[in-house]
Amino acid sequence: MRFTSRRVLVSGTACGPLLVFDEPLSLWGGYEPQSGEIIDRRHPLSGVEGAGKVWCMPHGRGSSSASSILLESVRAGTAPAALLLREEDGILSLGAAVAREIYGRTLPVLLLGADVHEQLCCLPRAEIEVR
Amino acid sequence: MQRGGPCAAWGPEVIEGPLRLSERDRAFLGGELGQGAAMAMRILTTMAEVYGASELLDIEGAHIDGCLYHGESGLDFAERLVDGGAQVRVPTTLNVGAIDLVHPELYQGTEAQAGRSRRLMECYTEMGCQSIFSCAPYQSGARPPRGAQVAWAESNAIVFCNSVLGARTNRYGDFIDICAAVTGRAPAVGLHLDEPRLATLVADLRELPEALLRDDVAYPVLGYWLGSISGNRVPVLVGLPAETDEDRLKALGAAAASAGATALFHAVGVTPEAPTLPAALGGRAPEITLSCDLETFEAARRRLSTAKDGPIDVVALGSPHFSLAEFERLVPLVEENPPSDRVEFVVCTHRLALAALEEKGWLERLRDVGVKVIVDTCVVVAPMLRQREGVLMTNSGKFAHYTPGNLGMGVVYGSLEECVASAAHGETRRLPAHWAKS
Repeated sequence: MRFTSRRVLVSGTACGPLLVFDEPLSLWGGYEPQSGEIIDRRHPLSGVEGAGKVWCMPHGRGSSSASSILLESVRAGTAPAALLLREEDGILSLGAAVAREIYGRTLPVLLLGADVHEQLCCLPRAEIEVR
Repeated sequence: MQRGGPCAAWGPEVIEGPLRLSERDRAFLGGELGQGAAMAMRILTTMAEVYGASELLDIEGAHIDGCLYHGESGLDFAERLVDGGAQVRVPTTLNVGAIDLVHPELYQGTEAQAGRSRRLMECYTEMGCQSIFSCAPYQSGARPPRGAQVAWAESNAIVFCNSVLGARTNRYGDFIDICAAVTGRAPAVGLHLDEPRLATLVADLRELPEALLRDDVAYPVLGYWLGSISGNRVPVLVGLPAETDEDRLKALGAAAASAGATALFHAVGVTPEAPTLPAALGGRAPEITLSCDLETFEAARRRLSTAKDGPIDVVALGSPHFSLAEFERLVPLVEENPPSDRVEFVVCTHRLALAALEEKGWLERLRDVGVKVIVDTCVVVAPMLRQREGVLMTNSGKFAHYTPGNLGMGVVYGSLEECVASAAHGETRRLPAHWAKS
């Protein structure tokens, strides 16, 4: 199955298992970059391993320090493989853009249409390739 | 826009879409002004595309928040810019770092942490930023004129810059702040433009007692309320006294930016873009009108405290950094009623105020009664307190908001006079609310 993105926010290629977020996650206080675990205890995915997965999320949430956490996770090797968002998110895009510069690691951030987003949410075990 | 092939193909050639770049922007990307500046422009143009900007605009100043140490990656980023010869192209000031460079002996963290915090601050001064290390740059020399395009980071600085000075900035943060300063450019979107600066929400204060609005204690509370009701809207306050001073606007803006996403507020007859209500609204009808009565005010005030009145361990003042005018009120209060030995009493300020305190002999007077004055940083972003648990009391809406999460301590909000009286007794003391209906 092929999907088309609405817009590429930060380009790149990636591959990984899909991780669907029904609720947005604030990375600051919600993702532990050293362990790669989702640590927001009020989030439905609390305790889930996020490293190397393609995160399909409505949008980010919370503090602008999320870009620092995303960058820190790239440094620690626990970053998501890619971010598929339904709404534009400057803070996460910035983290990805800086990661490409500093660690030469591409972390594509794509904007999906609501229909594509819904279809993806039905494929919880899919391996996703972003090109 | 989808590209296959190796990611190494990333570079200036992929700049496409609706973003139009100037000759000079392209020279930056081509590395003609150095590798550090080229990297800054690559990040800036990526973000301009994310925001859907059609062009970049010139800025005439910047204020940087990226000098606060959060982790190794922030240091990697800054070192890369320094190694690439990056220098700021516009006058640029620095927000707080994670250590007080003037009083390093007050630092309570590890030596390794102190070293990395210090190095990050140095990286930014090596790029030509001015080492004011203050979250109140507007009281420490950086006052862009009305209408000036700037790139400011740190939520309270942003809201003061837009609202009180009438200069124009979006909500910048780590990384992109220095990229704007190094290139002298910013994406031409949002609050840099005319239309998005118009208010769409009216926040009416006219039901509140006048005596309340003459008391400093009201302003962080009003800000907290304003931030929580505004969402992404630009609010305009009606009913703020015309003589509302800068320290009150500072307290209001900082609390609003802590409670919500407020980057700009207007106040009719007080702030520069709101000579009248229709002017602030751009002649349109407001989308929403909300009113603050005494009950709403008291509810917001209660939300600023997480601990009950009782024993306290710390009094922290100065978020945003304490001004000289605020010290002028504090000094006689603490001399009359010195803090108890059981209470750690800390005031955070900037170097300009510290120099004035020394010159006036006030610093000695504060130290004599056991008040600790720190600069370059503050107690909720760096390990500066000896106390790590218990209850912190403050007159700052911003400290009240961040203390539970950042320090794990309980917090009690009160007026400056209440903070001083409570510090003297080691437990909260409340003064009568003279505005309350009898």
